[in-house]
Amino acid sequence: MIDIFFYVMAAVAIGGAFGVVVSKSPVASLLFMVVTLASLAGIFVLLEAHFLAAVQVIVYAGAIMVLFLFTIMLLNLGHEYVKDLKGGIFAILSFGVIGAMAGLLARQFQGAGALDAVGARGGAEIDAAIQQYGAVGAVARPLFTTYVVPFEITGILLLVAIVGALVLAKKRVS
Amino acid sequence: MITQSLILSAFLFVIGTLGVLIRRNAIIMFLCIELQLNAANLAFVALSRLWGMEGQIFVFFVMTVAAAEAAVGLAIIISIFRHYETVNVDNFNLLKW
Repeated sequence: MIDIFFYVMAAVAIGGAFGVVVSKSPVASLLFMVVTLASLAGIFVLLEAHFLAAVQVIVYAGAIMVLFLFTIMLLNLGHEYVKDLKGGIFAILSFGVIGAMAGLLARQFQGAGALDAVGARGGAEIDAAIQQYGAVGAVARPLFTTYVVPFEITGILLLVAIVGALVLAKKRVS
Repeated sequence: MITQSLILSAFLFVIGTLGVLIRRNAIIMFLCIELQLNAANLAFVALSRLWGMEGQIFVFFVMTVAAAEAAVGLAIIISIFRHYETVNVDNFNLLKW
């Protein structure tokens, strides 16, 4: 049952990813991306990362994609239906790069079939943490103890991003 | 499930790379970079089933960096659009040889 659900989600994710790449309208691309993100959130649930699934939907599909949509609407690109795939020698080159990358990844995963058998330790640890502290507490506990310094630096990063975005996007007043 | 997730993540990463390489619209290229980040996130979550909670923590940080990157990158795209009136990357050739 879970396997069937996983494969359906995976198929939707890959289809959505192809939609992002091939669709002509930027808005359609964006909506395909939301489909991909939602099905990835479903896969996160299957992998017992409940908090991340919620964050994926709220932050990625909710905030970042809406930011993209705002930009598309602001720049009035919504009805730009020109086909903008690169052609000629560049297409051949990029397909060569893609083929090499796919081949390398396939080679990497050739012997990975035994991963599920080894998977007991981390999975059991996570399940125990979720049992004890709940889905949010299981993530929050290491985040606010072991990784508290990176977490605070993340706050500074977001502040810098806000200031940078404001400075870059505002109109020059001269 | 872990192996399948890793393979799916590889597929998504390759599709994202394809999008970055063959599209000309700067916003779509940006969207495909987000797709690559998501593929990396999926790999992290899948491997957290093997090595414990750290993978999920890193996904949290990756999402934060992705949000910051989206804000700054879209601001750059807006400011480029004000200058060139287009988001087609073929027109931005100032730093091209």
